[in-house]
Amino acid sequence: MAMAIPQRVPWYIAPLRLLRGIFQVRQFPGVAMAILVFLLVIPGIFAEWIAPHDPIKGSLALRLKPPMWEKGGSITYPLGTDKVGRDVLSRIIYGARVSLRVSIEGIIVSGFIGTALGLISGYFGGRVDALIMRLVDISLGLPIILVALVFVAALGPSFSTVIAVITILLWARYARQVRGEVLSIKERDFIARARVAGASHFRIMFRYLLPNVVNTLIVLATLQVGFVIIFESSLSFLGAGIPRPTPAWGLMVADGRELIVTAWWISMFPGIAIMLTVLSFNLVGDWLRDHLDPKLKNI
Amino acid sequence: MTRHIGDVILEVEDLHTYFFTRLGVVKAVDGVSFSLRQGETLGIVGESGCGKTMTALSLLRLVPRPGARIVQGKILLQGENLLDKSENEMRQVRGRRISMILQDPQTSLNPVFTIGNQLIEALKIHHYSHARELVQRAIGALKQVRVAAPERRVDDYPHQMSGGMKQRVVGAIAMSCEPHVIIADEPTTSLDVTIQAQYLRLLREIQEETGLSIIFITHDFGIVAKMCDRVMVMYAGRAVETGSVRDIFNHPSHPYTQALLDSVPKLEERTARLYSIEGQPPLLWNLPAGCRFASRCPYTEARCETEYPPSFSVLEGHTADCWRLQGEWQTHQSSVSKT
Repeated sequence: MAMAIPQRVPWYIAPLRLLRGIFQVRQFPGVAMAILVFLLVIPGIFAEWIAPHDPIKGSLALRLKPPMWEKGGSITYPLGTDKVGRDVLSRIIYGARVSLRVSIEGIIVSGFIGTALGLISGYFGGRVDALIMRLVDISLGLPIILVALVFVAALGPSFSTVIAVITILLWARYARQVRGEVLSIKERDFIARARVAGASHFRIMFRYLLPNVVNTLIVLATLQVGFVIIFESSLSFLGAGIPRPTPAWGLMVADGRELIVTAWWISMFPGIAIMLTVLSFNLVGDWLRDHLDPKLKNI
Repeated sequence: MTRHIGDVILEVEDLHTYFFTRLGVVKAVDGVSFSLRQGETLGIVGESGCGKTMTALSLLRLVPRPGARIVQGKILLQGENLLDKSENEMRQVRGRRISMILQDPQTSLNPVFTIGNQLIEALKIHHYSHARELVQRAIGALKQVRVAAPERRVDDYPHQMSGGMKQRVVGAIAMSCEPHVIIADEPTTSLDVTIQAQYLRLLREIQEETGLSIIFITHDFGIVAKMCDRVMVMYAGRAVETGSVRDIFNHPSHPYTQALLDSVPKLEERTARLYSIEGQPPLLWNLPAGCRFASRCPYTEARCETEYPPSFSVLEGHTADCWRLQGEWQTHQSSVSKT
């Protein structure tokens, strides 16, 4: 009779399990949520109380200090200082505010416009549809960096300009996605039943079609968050985004670019912040999508 | 099983619904007249594409747009002509006075809401208020269609129910606003036979309880025999024969009706091969001048090819459009206009 031999679990299994936990989509993405809360939400809201130093004023005497665990680093500047002596950690904390605002406002504004136009386009069809879809084509064909520069030249670099540019770029994706879904959903019998029951067009669009595209919208929005944060960074990099010296993650990556060999921490830490935020948003989005689907709820 | 059949509630006169397409004018419904009494079930029978569903959608003024249009006719619901109403007034009619049960229960329910939610939604469209009352009404509606444990079932999603159960919920939604007329467009086609029988029995019971009038669209003469009081047989956009179920089964007078009845399998006869009607129905955008069934009819004469027959009265309340009836019975006076 074969005896069960108690097997030693190799040392590397535990971290692998943890990793699997992080990437397991169907489970509650606790780690991803925690990253978002501790990296984006709390710093974004409470930056003044959390940040150890002023994010804008630095001292040239303390410039280019490495992170605390490197030789020459100190606990006062845990993630080092940049080329004008500002604390990288404090700037990341304040930068979370910019990323949070840009992503939330940009996504809400563009999502609202795009979804409304997509619903109208898909539901009514015909000439309205043709018109809106041509606008979508134009919007998707715009050289967006150029448009951004034109906007900045006309309106000056500001937060609202960034939101406007993001909206011009993003609404079309929502509109196109929503329209596609609506085209298939509106052929199903429950829409016909709603019409037979005397529901108005408005009611059908918002009470019958919209709830059926919400899942897609959430997934799209969470994927767009990453895009928005990166896009805001590119705009900032070009000087068309958030005006300096406001700390924005993209701006920080851009500023550290020329010193990447000697002072890697200046761009590396904001870069990691961007990556973790975007990744976490995607994981949360996947989980939400599964969770919101009533078919998968009780499994 | 006694049912009280009351006054005429719905009267359709000379209804024409055309599609305007590149190929020309498609005459989907071309001069259909019928009436429906309170508590009565009218069966509309015919093969695919003969205009059954278009007739039903015309009653609700929900013909596919752009493309289709109700060109001519009158739809009198309790004396009011629905074709004179504005779109807003029509919305008050839909669901509340005339309701409809669609063919496929699998897609008739919104997958993202619970069925309780959808029942309440149907009530909300017609401004029934008071949240608590709404839930009670929803549960009552489920009880009416014999859903077991309705208090628990209201929180279920459509995917947690079987096809037959879903169709009953669809029925509950259709009946929740207490309409006078329900149009059932092949409601049992996608259900299996035992569930079908159950569902039909349920519809009859509800009809006895509420005095509802039903327009039952089907292509199954078995269901007609079980469900209907009167039958209208449609062919290529026209009602070719109308009469009580008994008359139609005992004296089918139009050759098309006869052919349809011959192609129903019968228990008492052993047939090696089931009868089928030769040929195809005419193209609706290129209709013949004469009788539309002429090309497939075994009794075609010269006149059939050139002139559409008027309605001849066969018996009291039983009419058929066929020239063969002219000599045998007197011409029905209120004849339908010729095309």
